[in-house]
Amino acid sequence: MVVAVASGKGGTGKTTVAVGLAIVAGRVQLLDCDVEEPNAHLFLHPRLAECNPVTILVPEVDTERCTLCGRCSEVCQFHAIAAMGKQVLVFPELCHGCGACAIACPEDAIGEVPREVGVVESGKAGKIGFVHGCLNVGEPMATPVIRAVKARLDSRRLTILDVAPGTACPVVEAVKGSDFCLLVTEPTPFGLSDLRLAVEVMEKMGVLCGVVINRSGEGDEATESFCASENVSLLGRIPFDRRIAEAYAHGQHPVYALPELGRRLEEILDHTLDCAQGGR
Amino acid sequence: MRELVVISGKGGTGKTTILASFAALAGRSVLADCDVDAPDLYLLLHPEISYQEEFRGGQLAVINQERCLRCGRCREVCRFEAITPEFCVEPLDCEGCGACRVVCAADAVSLHERLAGDWFRGQTKYGPMVYARLRPAEENSGRLVALVRKEARAQAERDGTELLLTDGPPGIGCPVIATLGNAHLALIVTEPTPSGIHDLERAVGLCRHFRVPAAVCVNKSDLNLDSVDEIRAFCERSQATMTASIPFDESVTKAIQQGVPLVEFSHGPASQAVSAVWHQVMAKLASE
Repeated sequence: MVVAVASGKGGTGKTTVAVGLAIVAGRVQLLDCDVEEPNAHLFLHPRLAECNPVTILVPEVDTERCTLCGRCSEVCQFHAIAAMGKQVLVFPELCHGCGACAIACPEDAIGEVPREVGVVESGKAGKIGFVHGCLNVGEPMATPVIRAVKARLDSRRLTILDVAPGTACPVVEAVKGSDFCLLVTEPTPFGLSDLRLAVEVMEKMGVLCGVVINRSGEGDEATESFCASENVSLLGRIPFDRRIAEAYAHGQHPVYALPELGRRLEEILDHTLDCAQGGR
Repeated sequence: MRELVVISGKGGTGKTTILASFAALAGRSVLADCDVDAPDLYLLLHPEISYQEEFRGGQLAVINQERCLRCGRCREVCRFEAITPEFCVEPLDCEGCGACRVVCAADAVSLHERLAGDWFRGQTKYGPMVYARLRPAEENSGRLVALVRKEARAQAERDGTELLLTDGPPGIGCPVIATLGNAHLALIVTEPTPSGIHDLERAVGLCRHFRVPAAVCVNKSDLNLDSVDEIRAFCERSQATMTASIPFDESVTKAIQQGVPLVEFSHGPASQAVSAVWHQVMAKLASE
């Protein structure tokens, strides 16, 4: 079973919830798919035994064979290769690694070489199997690194995915194939506006989802009525508590500082698994 | 015209709260919301929309079932596993690269532009605002961001406005890179937590990579004062300017709930700190 933890808005507590669920569940796998800003390791302190580069294939032009016909730049949808004057220029950071230019080249002058865009590291934190990816700074495309993280998914165990904020391709790539998506929100107009968008993404992807209200308290009603009207399960709440923020600020997972938070997370996990199994 | 962009690395550190207050303090500027995945600035500035347009970006392959010979070449070359065994294209997987079209012997594949989002121009109390919304689960947020910035810059040129204030998305990937390029100054908003510091380091690295000067502001600073010192030391090492810090203050959430910029809602500690940051950032922007 694969449970993704996502949110439209950033900073609502995805990592706190994802890591907290992994801690209370015990023998699970946690994949940190927020490869732009991976943070789960800061609270789990895993022993990272393995580190592998993530590469995509980018074109390399054999200038002896190239006749400057320009067919490669015609087919490239990403403006990553261009025949200009007496040479063909490649812009590797724009390249999606699709291989269309190499296929289209009538002279067979384009080979492909791997280019590193990030790394995947894996290891263990106690009983928790841990994998995360890290996009190199300056690289625009997170999806190849997310794919590489998910390639290490162990389907025999419960797997929890920590997903990047937003509603665009990094979220789609991470959540794709999950059995359930838990959306963490906060009871503010920002939280609700972005939750609405996140629910739309899940509907479009056909992934069943439920909501956790973090920093719950004042202003919950709007989120509650949204969930009711959209028929999305409200899986639980984590009350606003400055001690949670302080534990987090000191690099301690709040579940160790506040035992009652552990009980809440256990309830949220049970609820989530019930909903996910019901949807199967 | 000078452009200040507010980014953060980590999400939810307070970018939008700070930018909306800056808009109020500036009195007159052009505003751009480049967080096209989850735009929230409009919830505080309430623009009256005067123009809107669909954004088309990226391609989607479509296979003509009558022409298709089911030879399977397209499935062989597609690196994104976007073509089903029935030779249909899965829109969520299709990267729009067109490799399938290149190899199709029957000329059965065509590429169609995707309707990926919408962008808006509007008027707020504090000046014109340009923003956009990516359609759920769409790609090409970077190109939509580039469009928002282009429109906002054009607006500033037309009006002769000296200042462009741009709210950025979290992360360090393509939409952030599109937000940052050629800006005069980036204000990175962080928080004194391990995640905040980790993500700040990557955001500063990104600014350096694209040669944009960086200023750093710590929000919710009193959650861990030791970490604020750590951030100060990091800023000194990496030649980033550290501004005043903003303490944790419940009026921040209340201002969001009321839908108004913090500096117009409260004169409490956070509001005063945001004003101090504003003056420092404007001085820095003038010197860059």
